[in-house]
Amino acid sequence: MTRLRQILALIQGDAQADRVVPRRGHSVRLTLFTSGAMAFLAVFALALSLAAGRLADRWSEALARSSTIRISAPMAELEPQTWAVLEVLEQTPGVESARALTDEEQRALLEPWFGPDLPLEDLPIPRLVEVIETPEGYDSEGLRQRLAAEAPGAVLDDHTRWRRPLVRAAGRLRMLGWVSLGLILASTGAMITLAAQSALASNTRVIRVLRLVGARDVYIARAFVRRFTIRALSGAALGAGLGMIAIAFLPRASEQGAFLTGLGFAGWHWLWPLVVPPLAAFTAFWATRAAAFRTLRRMP
Amino acid sequence: MIDLAEVAYGYGNTTLLSELTLRLAPGSFHFLTGPSGSGKTTLLKLCYADLTASAGKVSLFGQDTATMTRDQIARARQRMGVVHQDCEFLDHLPLYENVALPLTVAGRSGDDEAGNLEELMGWVGLAARREALPPELSGGERQRAALARAVITDPEVVLADEPTGNVDWEMSLRLLQLLVELNRMGKTILVATHDLALIRAAKTHVSARVLRIAKGRLQLAGSDL
Repeated sequence: MTRLRQILALIQGDAQADRVVPRRGHSVRLTLFTSGAMAFLAVFALALSLAAGRLADRWSEALARSSTIRISAPMAELEPQTWAVLEVLEQTPGVESARALTDEEQRALLEPWFGPDLPLEDLPIPRLVEVIETPEGYDSEGLRQRLAAEAPGAVLDDHTRWRRPLVRAAGRLRMLGWVSLGLILASTGAMITLAAQSALASNTRVIRVLRLVGARDVYIARAFVRRFTIRALSGAALGAGLGMIAIAFLPRASEQGAFLTGLGFAGWHWLWPLVVPPLAAFTAFWATRAAAFRTLRRMP
Repeated sequence: MIDLAEVAYGYGNTTLLSELTLRLAPGSFHFLTGPSGSGKTTLLKLCYADLTASAGKVSLFGQDTATMTRDQIARARQRMGVVHQDCEFLDHLPLYENVALPLTVAGRSGDDEAGNLEELMGWVGLAARREALPPELSGGERQRAALARAVITDPEVVLADEPTGNVDWEMSLRLLQLLVELNRMGKTILVATHDLALIRAAKTHVSARVLRIAKGRLQLAGSDL
């Protein structure tokens, strides 16, 4: 409660005490600009991290329970082997459903590469069978062996090969986003520390006069801390606001779900950027407080 | 209240003050005199812990300044009023806020204090200059303002370093009267000055000890005063 009262007292401020330090110098603009720019970047890092998280979850969920069987055989054997595969699948425990993709679906899959007029029936295109697993899943090694016996042209692709690296990549991207946020926060703290030290150094005479009339270090520090905290809060609010506007104007995620078009906030995630200004103010509070006490300790 | 026991102070290899013993008892009035550079300002700075003695012991309100924290020194200074020789102010604040600065830092800003401030500004003849910024003030005005700032908190001790150096005789007597009145109210006063006429004038109103610093030592002034 005491700490809360201190924070509230800091925000409420003491108009008289606040005036004892002159409002001048480049530290004002530096703090505003730094916290604004850092908040803008923080919003993007946050968006990147959240989008990467969504992507990892989506890939993980979407691919975990599906697999594909590719049947490559001469045209005459293609249909019998497809039926054989479907029959094997029907008898395999852990398979929820299985179906062969239609010509239209296969054409749609190939269309981005070969164009819309692909003569599918004249080409030795493998037949694809989509398999959906039950939550318990199937024994992929056993299924492979049975497929080899019943339909020698069938190859089971359970997506594990490429799902895992993708999910891992998305997870790392998410972590990178959080690391960026941490670095941004640390940089904000460092810049504000420098600005506070510069402000304290340029007010040596003011500090001396205050000390001679009985000002305690905590009083002197408070005048600087409050000022830098409010500046950081204002700058970060502006930067975060601009960042949110910029994110809002990014192209929306399309049905195809290409990664870059999905960069942004979804649903309640839009509340996350609102945390950035208080976080910047919190960082500024502690950075300035530490810098002020350190500098005051060194002053004669 | 303020005790100096066998205190020494020097800059580099030069010893300015040595074996200096002084006790400012509550309610006492002391003048400190001596030639320029004799160490009057240094002695006052030792008294408000702006300097640390190189030997001996300085006690402020019963505490050894050598072991006091900055916080304790600040609290001790809140009980003192100091007129510094260089009369430093915050140049960005109007005069009345500078005079009220000791109240501000002590968190005292009630109606009583506001009334005292107006009265004091009038007493030192600066009521019309209350909105002026310190750089706009003359040397005499700065000294009067410094004295007003020193006594605004109704301190237990007033230490004044040449408080009348730049003011005319009439104003000097007026400022002296203020210090005498404070002393009659039980405040402890130490005034460093080379103005012997002022000391003589004061002695007609108040029982004051006159100390002289000579060759780094403190001695009672002779009958010439």
